[in-house]
Amino acid sequence: MSLTALTVHELSALLHKGEVTSREITAAYLERIGTVEDKVKAYVTVTAEQALTQAEESDIKRARGEKLSPLSGIPAALKDNMCTHGIKTTCSSKMLENFIPPYDATVAAKLKQAGTVLLGKCNMDEFAMGSSTENSAFFPTRNPHDLTAVPGGSSGGAAAAVAAQEAAFTLGSDTGGSIRLPAAFCGVVGLKPTYGCVSRYGLVAYASSLDQIGPMTRDMTDCALVLNAIAGYDALDSTSAPQAAPDYTGFLTADVKGMKIGLPQEYFAAGMDPRVAALVRQAAAKFEELGARCEEVSLPHTQYALPAYYIIAPAEASSNLARYDGVQYGLRVGADDMVSMYCQTRSIGFGNEVKRRIMLGTYALSSGYYDAYYLKALKVRTLVKQDFDKVFEKYDLLLTPTSPTVAFNYGEKVDDPLTMYLSDVCTIPINLAGLPALSIPFGTVENRPVGVQLIGPTFAEGALIRAGYTLEQNTVLTRIAPVEGGLL
Amino acid sequence: MKISQKDVEHVALLGRLFLSDEEKENYTRTLNDILGYMELLNQVDTTGVEPTAHVLPLRNVFREDTIKESLPRDLALANAPKAEDGCFKVPRIV
Repeated sequence: MSLTALTVHELSALLHKGEVTSREITAAYLERIGTVEDKVKAYVTVTAEQALTQAEESDIKRARGEKLSPLSGIPAALKDNMCTHGIKTTCSSKMLENFIPPYDATVAAKLKQAGTVLLGKCNMDEFAMGSSTENSAFFPTRNPHDLTAVPGGSSGGAAAAVAAQEAAFTLGSDTGGSIRLPAAFCGVVGLKPTYGCVSRYGLVAYASSLDQIGPMTRDMTDCALVLNAIAGYDALDSTSAPQAAPDYTGFLTADVKGMKIGLPQEYFAAGMDPRVAALVRQAAAKFEELGARCEEVSLPHTQYALPAYYIIAPAEASSNLARYDGVQYGLRVGADDMVSMYCQTRSIGFGNEVKRRIMLGTYALSSGYYDAYYLKALKVRTLVKQDFDKVFEKYDLLLTPTSPTVAFNYGEKVDDPLTMYLSDVCTIPINLAGLPALSIPFGTVENRPVGVQLIGPTFAEGALIRAGYTLEQNTVLTRIAPVEGGLL
Repeated sequence: MKISQKDVEHVALLGRLFLSDEEKENYTRTLNDILGYMELLNQVDTTGVEPTAHVLPLRNVFREDTIKESLPRDLALANAPKAEDGCFKVPRIV
């Protein structure tokens, strides 16, 4: 088996035993990127030289016998909305095509501190707005399992890179499902932590009350290792939760005896592929067999989460994206007067979907419509959250599909924004409530991976990891091999 | 129709966007579709429900009022489309 097919913990063990160097692993990854990248298009920027330098630094420290993080020397990549000092951070937008941040996002600094090797920055839907990575202003990313399918979005490049063996792990960001949906479509593990668990400092803002960074990995052990490296309080993020993060690897125990798992009936509604629903029920049966108790539950406001989200998120986006005015950084077009400079810069710098969401959000916040749309949506958000609070009084976790279908075809939904929005129907309620949720692979339908979603109460990442790990240790369905070969 | 092409033009101006005729037509159609879907929310009785703007119970996060390191001026200006004399340069305002 090639080095690029191994998990982070397997690579870490080989490094520890001195059987391989970080330079060798990094070189193998760069070679792999050279072989498949023209088909997958997972990266906006590949930082080959810097990666080899970082790898050598890790090797030197190891040779000196320094105590190293399990992530030291491991090649990884970041979604291109996380600021990296001296390395372009584009958000896959013409607006930031040449933006070179003068600082590191907290997650980038933490991975650097852990000795991780940065391979590059991953493609995404422009400003994280989309569910297929077709909204990148540069090029779409393809699903490594089937190049005619989308990888999901908006962290499509980050998911595809892990699935195509172009990175050992990546970080994505999730505002309404942008880690979990592409993780499901590409057959990898994706965790959206509790809001406030991972610092958002240096993450380019889309919808600040919903955005959260999380790991995209090959298995649950890697998920826990990466979460260990990035979680925790950060004074630079005023919405960071002021509490210490536990050692998440302590939850890697294959035991769900006595765990109570709810299956919300609303997540198995019309429009769902029955083969996907059958796999989720099979996962539930597996949990029962292993000693958990699974019961149907109800979250009655589920159907209202999606319309509420598509008011709240665009409203926050319209405000956040006001900063792109051609003055301090980013694109500038025209220079006759201020207003025409703003308008020309934004009209040329932003793509179709970003403009649509700015318009939608501006409308929902505008005089005369604020109460009917924005305030109404915030009240519905309360009801969605209360549904979860109530059900978590009796249940430890919830089990649902991550998406009602497997990956759809490239080009299939691109002209119909509302249908595209509906791809996120199973993931959006979780962001509104600020909860942690995990997508873990569970079988395939017509060779396209299926993901099941586990949802926990606030700061129950440990329980999610334990349940995901138990499933992983007890069924091969969770093991969707990263794609080998030339992806023909 | 929830939103007319005239509304679209007004909202575009508020959002500081110039739209082509084709874009105006497209956004009028797609925003009507989307806002039509939002009608679902009117089924929900929200009488007496408090709005949730934020999920964490955090209020006014303060820190000590001490001087900390900040970005050096040349770095702050490094990405500016136009800069002069240590300032961001913009078109004439008045």
